[in-house]
Amino acid sequence: MKAICFYFQIHQPFRLKRYRFFDIGNDHYYYDDFANDDIVTRIAQRSYIPAAESLLKMIEESNGKFKCALSITGTALEQFEQYVPEFIDLLKKLADTGCVEFLAETYAHSLSSLADPEEFVNQVKVHDEKIKELFGVQPKVLRNTELIYSDELAPQILAMGYKGVITEGAKHILGWKSPNYVYNAASAPKLKILLKNDKFSDDISDRFSNTSWDEYPLTADKYINWIASTPAEEQIVNLFMNLEVFGDFQPRETGIFQFLEALPRFAEERGIEFWTPTTAVTKLKPVAELSVLHPISWADEARDTSAWLGNKLQNEAFSKLYSVSERVRLCEDRRLKQDWYYLQAADHFFYMSTKNMHDGSVHSQFSPYDTPFDAFTNYMNVLADFIVRVEEQYPMSIDNEELSSLLTTIRNQEREIEVLNKEAESMRKNIEHFNEEHLLREKAAEAEAPKKTRKPCARKAAAPKAEKETKAPKAKATRAKKAAPEAPETPAE
Amino acid sequence: MKALMFGWEFPPHILGGLGTASYGLTKGMWECGDMDITFVIPKPFGDEERHFANIIGMSQVPIAWRDVSRDYVEQRIGKVMDPDLYFKLRDHIYADFNYMRTNDLGCLEFSGRYPDNLVEEINNYSICAGVIARTVDFDIIHSHDWLTYPAGIHAKQVSGKPLVIHVHATEFDRSRGKPNPTVFGIEKDGMNNADHIITVSNLTRDTVINNYGIDPAKVTTVHNAVTPLTPEQLNVPEHKSKDKVVTFLGRITMQKGPEYFVEAAAKVLKNNPNVRFVMAGSGDMMDKMILLAAERGIADRFHFPGFQKGSQVYEMLKASDVYIMPSVSEPFGISPLEAMQMGVPSIISKQSGCAEILTNVIKTDYWDIDAMADAINSIVTYPAMYQQLREDGLAEVNQITWDKAGRKVIDIYNKVLNR
Repeated sequence: MKAICFYFQIHQPFRLKRYRFFDIGNDHYYYDDFANDDIVTRIAQRSYIPAAESLLKMIEESNGKFKCALSITGTALEQFEQYVPEFIDLLKKLADTGCVEFLAETYAHSLSSLADPEEFVNQVKVHDEKIKELFGVQPKVLRNTELIYSDELAPQILAMGYKGVITEGAKHILGWKSPNYVYNAASAPKLKILLKNDKFSDDISDRFSNTSWDEYPLTADKYINWIASTPAEEQIVNLFMNLEVFGDFQPRETGIFQFLEALPRFAEERGIEFWTPTTAVTKLKPVAELSVLHPISWADEARDTSAWLGNKLQNEAFSKLYSVSERVRLCEDRRLKQDWYYLQAADHFFYMSTKNMHDGSVHSQFSPYDTPFDAFTNYMNVLADFIVRVEEQYPMSIDNEELSSLLTTIRNQEREIEVLNKEAESMRKNIEHFNEEHLLREKAAEAEAPKKTRKPCARKAAAPKAEKETKAPKAKATRAKKAAPEAPETPAE
Repeated sequence: MKALMFGWEFPPHILGGLGTASYGLTKGMWECGDMDITFVIPKPFGDEERHFANIIGMSQVPIAWRDVSRDYVEQRIGKVMDPDLYFKLRDHIYADFNYMRTNDLGCLEFSGRYPDNLVEEINNYSICAGVIARTVDFDIIHSHDWLTYPAGIHAKQVSGKPLVIHVHATEFDRSRGKPNPTVFGIEKDGMNNADHIITVSNLTRDTVINNYGIDPAKVTTVHNAVTPLTPEQLNVPEHKSKDKVVTFLGRITMQKGPEYFVEAAAKVLKNNPNVRFVMAGSGDMMDKMILLAAERGIADRFHFPGFQKGSQVYEMLKASDVYIMPSVSEPFGISPLEAMQMGVPSIISKQSGCAEILTNVIKTDYWDIDAMADAINSIVTYPAMYQQLREDGLAEVNQITWDKAGRKVIDIYNKVLNR
């Protein structure tokens, strides 16, 4: 028995607007709303929505036998909520079928796992919450940004409570091994690893409409046959790709949607099932340990992190950004926190790549900038303003540790003050209560001896005012009235 | 293959980029092997590099017969021309030019510069070219820039050999869109008569096609290159100031867009006071620029050191952190490449020909002073930007060599000659 494990990535960053250095300190809004709206809406119409409709149709027609996983970044979800809410509804429908698994990942599609473990944990948590809030499910398998993975990350991922992790079946890691098995992490044996099958994934995402490919045209029949004819003991074929493959990278007219929709039928004929990543990691036993010393990813030829951190510009921007991470976590300004997420998107670093040849064309194809230098300058200007804002929150002259302890002191004191305040409040009430009672008693005494003196008249006027100020004056007042005859001793006497 | 080239300037006595480009190209072609080049210039000084080309000076070409002895010729012009060649040339005088102002050797005087009577000098140059075309053996004629087009046409008519003209600039670039009709006429005539036209950038190619109405099939772009710097040039003394220095080097004329540099400087200084700006060079807009800098209130940070020559250029570059060329229209623009050779990050306008081949520079529109100011600020503020542009720029510019350009020109020769 064999199974196909589909996982589709959906991500959109908040693209930055043209931000000049003289805007630093003056303008704190960084995003190109027009471009974001335009791009997100266009891709949703061309690709996301029809692709999701296809998935829904496949699930319905196969009576729930077709299963797949989606990984959607928080920044993408936010933009869908804003610009194409109908897509969110569609995703909810998919979630309701129970055949679609939602994967955990970093909220902002960030590279935090490479720089700041605390931030990484935090972002994955925030993302999980967002998924739960929207789709009512708790992710169980983690997919790190751009499938970045290394031995160093594994124990952390396990500690965060995930059963499995998804990453690239990079040739330099696998060697002679096949990606069509479940592995476990060398540094955390309980964590299972699912590896992308490069060949079969790229057949769809890269080569499907390539007329110079000798297998062109690719039909669902042929494709499933290929998968069926892999060695019998290889049980899982992991097909990981961006959802934009359907309708955008491979336009509708190439027949990509028909291809996708035909897959379940042929798979059923050949006895191939569809599994979600969670099913795969639960059902299958790992065959071997996999050790990944240096981080791998699914980008560029090198399948490492050089797409984002491959030159001086990228490294400078990256280290500048994370130099303030601790400080940002100490801050409580919500807008600041939001910008902090948006600025972490890996895309910003991707645009700064100076690679040429094939990789380079991929970078420039997605970049809203003319050159990597443009991308760097713009990002650094925004970052400079952001850091100024962080500094405004707390002065930089105090180091993080000191600040942290000061903040703890302040918070403790705050709590103490709060407690004391409460105490003071109740005391005050008691006193008021006492005063009131006192007053009423006086009144009662006055009623007994109205002609004795003129002075109580002024007190009479003050009484209703006091009634208004107290919280439950009526009850107290009636109680006081009742109490009044019982306590005849008044100051008037 | 034997080529007869007509040029106007030749190092070390150069006035602009034309001489540098002609020299580099000729040397690059020679490096490709199997090229025998005769390079004609108006007035040689005797200190030109001659090992890769046979240099003939027009001021030593007789157009009127004089009965002089070999010794006399040797003594008069031996420094710049072989007397045998003089006599060979004298045998090919094709008309009686005694009515002209010839000297004791029957030659005309040339300034070799751009004098007021430039058109007359161009005409004289063409007369002498007739003698050379009858004397020297060659397969193809190559004329560098409009000054030598008439000579090229003349040589073509005399010899029947094909003519290739090399457009280093057009009148549209020099005049910012208001061409002088005489110059335009000479250029147009040269282009019409040429068998093939080489332009230094696609920008220039478009001008040739659109403004001169030339068949695109006849026009090919061969981008310029740079000659590697000598160790002396690279090791000029360094005068680093503690402020960052942004440098503009070139003629201060309308074509070079100096006013945009001043405006960008004013923007940078508003937020970043630790930067100095240098506008080195001279030109008809210099006074206006000094006034503009004063008006913007940045005169204390904006400097005009005047025309720089020889090693001063390299010292200036070495002291710079940013090089800027905001040209409104630049057929090629070799100076940013030289700055990159010195490891200086460069900002160039998109309207420059060299922008077509450079990637490790910052390109902005010449009018976009915001982008320009932003780029300057980015390089002086972020060390990574400076380092990245410096190192990758150096690596890139070292790949732009004249032998590659030379190879392309030889290919064009072969195509024209149907070889």
